[in-house]
Amino acid sequence: MIRAVVALLLALLAIPVMAQDSMPPAPYAYNQLDDPRLEAEATTLMHTLRCLKCQSQSIADSDAPMAGDMRHQVRSRILAGESPDQIRGWLIARYGDYVSYEPEVSATTWPLFAAPVLLLLIVAGVLLRRLGKRRSDAGDTV
Amino acid sequence: MRSRLFLWVPLALFAFFAGVAGYMLTQEKDEFVESTMIGQPLPDFALDPAFGGLPGAAKTDLIGSKPRLLNIWASWCTPCIAEAPQLEALQARGVEIVGIAIRDRPEDVANFLGRYGNPYSRIGSDRISEVQLAIGSSGVPETFVIDAKGVIRYQHIGDIRPEHVAVLLAELEKAR
Repeated sequence: MIRAVVALLLALLAIPVMAQDSMPPAPYAYNQLDDPRLEAEATTLMHTLRCLKCQSQSIADSDAPMAGDMRHQVRSRILAGESPDQIRGWLIARYGDYVSYEPEVSATTWPLFAAPVLLLLIVAGVLLRRLGKRRSDAGDTV
Repeated sequence: MRSRLFLWVPLALFAFFAGVAGYMLTQEKDEFVESTMIGQPLPDFALDPAFGGLPGAAKTDLIGSKPRLLNIWASWCTPCIAEAPQLEALQARGVEIVGIAIRDRPEDVANFLGRYGNPYSRIGSDRISEVQLAIGSSGVPETFVIDAKGVIRYQHIGDIRPEHVAVLLAELEKAR
């Protein structure tokens, strides 16, 4: 009983250490667009954009105020008739590839895509040489 | 014999990667996302006053005669308290500082300035981080050097510590 009371008192004392703003979220941070087709476009796009505050989440998955403000940008721009590619481009022009939560091939990221292909080619080359050798060895002994 | 040595290559590669990973673990993580708007003109914006005491801020307020600082901050941001004396020092050196308060309330802005000083010539209220996103800023506080033509010339991420005052003064001089 005493324990429960103490726990309750401690729970009441728990104050968040880091204050965040107490402003209400932007209009389209948590509200969907009326048109389901546009909302689907916006949601797909939001899953490909990185939250700048919480960098291992997309803005669709994050509850950070800034992610809400980014969702508002996405939805209001979609509503204004911009295409998802235009909105992506707008953000990438401001934050670089970093804001893309979907890997993009660009001047800095191409080695990431090229390296596996290169490794596979090397492995294929080595295998072919070895197997070819073994076959010709076998041919010799006969 | 040559092929025997060759056998060690994978282990050496593994040791190399383990070494790199171990080294990176000891390095401080850099979470800053730099704006790619440096060298670009400011986007158009016009923000309402953040509180009754100062006018709001628009792009046109940052154009003309001299470079200025654009300080992105908020009354709810703790590092913003830490940089307040440095902003005052910059203002004392004749630097005009235009503020943009992110997701803030007028009474909180007034309260903050009353407590920690007011180095600003004007403060715009950005309730939904609209201008912040438009200039490629990813947090508070951040400080941009804007030249007389309204072009973004330099970005300082995080609070301005005493050692950064000279850097910002030099960047302002460069933007002249």
